[in-house]
Amino acid sequence: MAEDGFMKVSRRGVLAGGVASAAVGQASILRAQDSSTGGAAKQAKVPVRLTVNGTPQELELDSRTTLLDTLREHLKLTGSKKGCDHGQCGACTVMVNGTRINSCLSLAVQHQGDEITTIEGLGSPEDLHPMQAAFVEHDGYQCGYCTPGQICSAVAVLEEIRNGIPSHVTEDLTGRMRATEMEMRERMSGNICRCGAYSNIAEAMAQVAKG
Amino acid sequence: MRSFTYERAASPAEAARAVATTQGAKFIAGGTNLIDLMKLEIETPTHLVDVQDLGLDRVEETEEGGLRIGTFVSNTALSAHPRVREDYAVLTRAIQAGASGQLRNKASTGGNLLQRTRCAYFYDTNMPCNKRKPGDGCAAIDGFSRQLGVIGTSDSCIATYPGDMAVAMRALDAVVETVKPDGTARAIPVADFHRLWGDTPHIETALEPGEMITHVRLPTPLGGQHFYHKVRDRRSYAYALVSVAAVIQSDGTGRVAFGGVAPKPWRSEAADAQLPNGAAAVVRTAFADARPTEQNAFKIPLAERTLAGILAEMRS
Ligand SMILES: Cc1cc2nc3c(=O)[nH]c(=O)nc-3n(C[C@H](O)[C@H](O)[C@H](O)COP(=O)(O)OP(=O)(O)OC[C@H]3O[C@@H](n4cnc5c(N)ncnc54)[C@H](O)[C@@H]3O)c2cc1C
Ligand code: SF4
Ligand code: FES
Ligand code: FES
Repeated sequence: MAEDGFMKVSRRGVLAGGVASAAVGQASILRAQDSSTGGAAKQAKVPVRLTVNGTPQELELDSRTTLLDTLREHLKLTGSKKGCDHGQCGACTVMVNGTRINSCLSLAVQHQGDEITTIEGLGSPEDLHPMQAAFVEHDGYQCGYCTPGQICSAVAVLEEIRNGIPSHVTEDLTGRMRATEMEMRERMSGNICRCGAYSNIAEAMAQVAKG
Repeated sequence: MRSFTYERAASPAEAARAVATTQGAKFIAGGTNLIDLMKLEIETPTHLVDVQDLGLDRVEETEEGGLRIGTFVSNTALSAHPRVREDYAVLTRAIQAGASGQLRNKASTGGNLLQRTRCAYFYDTNMPCNKRKPGDGCAAIDGFSRQLGVIGTSDSCIATYPGDMAVAMRALDAVVETVKPDGTARAIPVADFHRLWGDTPHIETALEPGEMITHVRLPTPLGGQHFYHKVRDRRSYAYALVSVAAVIQSDGTGRVAFGGVAPKPWRSEAADAQLPNGAAAVVRTAFADARPTEQNAFKIPLAERTLAGILAEMRS
């Protein structure tokens, strides 16, 4: 039954952007449970397929597993950090299909077929992403705990500005969005830094925004 | 977090039926509120029905010139939609004043309407809370109530509906479209969507068990100037102490809805009619029945000053 359910989900996931409901007649219920544990200790294990930093992954996870724990505990990608686990700090920020989210407030099962990019996928020590290089150059961190989330967010913020997404400080909603200091600071407010490296982060971002 | 099973529904009616017929089931959209509450075991669903595959991720034009927003449209996508920016700027402004970039990318339209209160005692499972556990008592009424409601509250619960987007939707007179487990559709004006909960603060909206939001409809554009001013303890990424959504015409008439003050976005047509007479007149009317606590009485003059700021901006 579990496999059956997974097939349906993945088929639906593959069909054009999740608009495929009409093509599949029935809801697929993933009630895959480990029968050996039995009774109250039953856990719902579900197959999850996603691509992380370009590598396809197939996992069997407790349905409660967050995307953050999937990355850190199951795939050993410990770059993404757990600060608050409640969407309040941004340390867990990753990109899903190109947009940034808090991976602590997302379940792995919500991400069947998704492409995840973490700090490890942005660049490597030998070949830094321009934002990683700018953070190094401008001292955009102290302890470094918030930094992977800051960098993922910073890369996504510049993309959001390029894509014309407005922000709370955008005056002209119908004009072209610009990567001003005010805009970048507002858009980075979901990433908290207890060391207070904010002004250096802003400088690093400004450098990358200038190109 | 308690264990649960998970499914992706294939149609809205099927999703509604699945939630109605499975004991303890809930819908999940972005999950940014639900998963947070599940971690704290304030929400303990036994089964989750995911609405992401239902094709409800689009904004469509309606025949009469308004918009119909699928429930799974993200807060970011809705706020950035060209027609919303052009014709419903109050909505773009309100959405962008809420949460963070990461959260807005994940948060859905329907989920945003249904986000639960941010009363600190609701979140603290060691404290009594009638909303979390009916009949438990309310720790807030004699506790720290600075953030909480000043009007429309009850002796059972003085919490607020904390969101921003719905405040703009109230000013726009949006309509929530739903499907029930038997497949029938219904339209609920945003004005009637959130309940004044009286002595049942755990029942927060007009939705029936298993009823699923499919769309939110915006009527034809109002024209005028659009404002959303939000006052909070830090300048970004914080809930409102008070917020004001306003659409004001060049002759000084218009509409005003207040956020952060009540169990629902707070607006009265009688208060709207006072707009040409200034902020004090509007707030006197809108908050005539207010019952603030000692700690949150400041919200009423704050609402007046926030609206006065908008009217001054309008004139300049
Ligand atoms: C740190 C933090 C700060 C925040 N700050 C703000 C802020 O300043 N302003 C603000 O407005 N919001 C704020 N938010 C809240 C955020 O906007 C909500 O979490 C989000 O909008 C919820 O949307 P979702 O799709 O993730 O909902 P979910 O978490 O998926 O669902 C929320 C509820 O809605 C139900 N549901 C979802 N879809 C449907 C449907 N189609 N039909 C019926 N029921 C449904 C679910 O069962 C659940 O009960 C903040 C959140 C966090 C974590
Ligand atoms: S105000 Fe409402 S939510 Fe807060 S503790 Fe009292 S009953 Fe609970
Ligand atoms: S760990 Fe996800 S926001 Fe803090
Ligand atoms: S560098 Fe230490 S928390 Fe940001």
